[in-house]
Amino acid sequence: MTLAAAVNTVNTGDTAWMLAATALVLLMTPGLGLFYAGLVRSKNTLNTFMMCIAAIAVATVMWAVIGYSFAFDGDNPIIGGFGHAFLHGVTFEPRDGTTIPHLLFMAFQATFCIVTVALVSGAVVERMRFGPFMIFAALWSVLVYSVLAHWAFGGGWLIAGGTLDFAGGVPVEMGSGFSALAAALVVGARKDYGRQALLPHNAVYVLLGAGLLWFGWFGFNGGSGFSTGHSSVLAFTNTLLTPACTLVVWFALDLLRGRQVTAIGAATAIIVGCVGITPAGGFISPGWAMVLGALAALPSYAVIVWRPRTRVDETLDVLAAHGIAGMTGILFIGFFAQISWNGVGDGLVYGDAGQLAWQALAAVSAPTYAFVATFVILKVIGLFTPLRATEREEALGMDVVQHGEEAYATGEGAILVTPEAGLEAEMAVANP
Amino acid sequence: MKLVIGIVRPERTNDVLEALFRADVRGFSMSRVQGHGGELDRVETYRGTTVKIGVSEKVRFEIAVSDTFVQPTIDALCEGARTGEVGDGKIFVLSMERAVRIRTGETDHGAVTPVDA
Repeated sequence: MTLAAAVNTVNTGDTAWMLAATALVLLMTPGLGLFYAGLVRSKNTLNTFMMCIAAIAVATVMWAVIGYSFAFDGDNPIIGGFGHAFLHGVTFEPRDGTTIPHLLFMAFQATFCIVTVALVSGAVVERMRFGPFMIFAALWSVLVYSVLAHWAFGGGWLIAGGTLDFAGGVPVEMGSGFSALAAALVVGARKDYGRQALLPHNAVYVLLGAGLLWFGWFGFNGGSGFSTGHSSVLAFTNTLLTPACTLVVWFALDLLRGRQVTAIGAATAIIVGCVGITPAGGFISPGWAMVLGALAALPSYAVIVWRPRTRVDETLDVLAAHGIAGMTGILFIGFFAQISWNGVGDGLVYGDAGQLAWQALAAVSAPTYAFVATFVILKVIGLFTPLRATEREEALGMDVVQHGEEAYATGEGAILVTPEAGLEAEMAVANP
Repeated sequence: MKLVIGIVRPERTNDVLEALFRADVRGFSMSRVQGHGGELDRVETYRGTTVKIGVSEKVRFEIAVSDTFVQPTIDALCEGARTGEVGDGKIFVLSMERAVRIRTGETDHGAVTPVDA
């Protein structure tokens, strides 16, 4: 996010683009749902997708109630105030430092909170109960996302000190990635993890989901300049260049490791590239953005190969794809930010070593806070209600157990229950 | 020479495969089937439509074995498939008239004995 000079009039062009960008970012969450749903076993398709839909519901409500205020009200170094609770004072007047209505700024930022909450679900799919997940989503969106968004965007200590984070390397990417690690540790591994091959059930969903995410990401990065100005155009274009380079390098790594280029690897590479450029989008030149894309593939690929060999069932590799790639992007700014492109600051290579220090500080503090806070939130929820389904329920699949629906229902053997007949009173129901 | 048919929970398939492998039963066929045993019906709702699902997904193993392998095969199926809850499945043992290995034309005992046994 750039601190443009405060212009107290609404610009119609900027507003038009931001209206479209907000819708683009919202599409990322169902896109992520499709991506995640393809990666799980067929009996958990709906539950996995529904966690993303639940994120839209819960995070939006919490954002309007208090989350936005904690993120964007005031200049307290740690957390915002209550000034914008229940969207108080969020109107058509331009948001300070932008030329778009405050109301639209709030909506745009809400879509970021939503997709970040949805991202964390990737760590706990196939065994976490739906109710406790929604409680977690509500608490996490306020206590973790809003706090990190305040640090990086809303006038908190990182942005005040000089950390550059264009579109959310701190709250969105490192926030979700390291929270996912904590969530996987608290909830625990799936019962079959490490004993059976747990394979993605639909690679086409995964590719299409990744494509929708990439599409939405043009709004995510391209909108984070809150204008149609230079930084927005730069970030938008870099969102094309960086993931393309990540794809190429990922193909090469796949070839080296397994002699074949894999589809699910490609989908993952798209995400890693988009994540890598998220913090850096409006701060580095297109050339360096391409280098970042190539470089970002390496640590994330390494973690994706290494993680399944551990006992940590961080199921859909949110840490590797988001936490690690986001950290790569945040640190990359510290080296290659270029004032001739961004008008804000230089990195180490262009003469400002201090920038790297602030980027490194963000790369340490955000993951630490996200991990610890998520760990505590889930432990506390776990005191009141079981976080995960029983082994029997896990075996049946979360779709039938949690939602009473199947993703691929055939209708064979289904007997219509008419309102007149009703469910016979004596008929026992097998599942809660 | 018997045909052992085992109908088990889909989620126990891998455990059954592992148990059969350990019992040295190397030849089998498996298929996805739907059926009804003693399980309770499941209720599903799709918008305004509520249905009772009276059939469950199962996996059906068909294993042709020589007489000495009948009991080990049954034991392996039970060991792999049992959870203790209603719906663990059934095993049927049928007499088998003939068996032919297509590749060699071997019949009966020769046909149901793994090549390396």
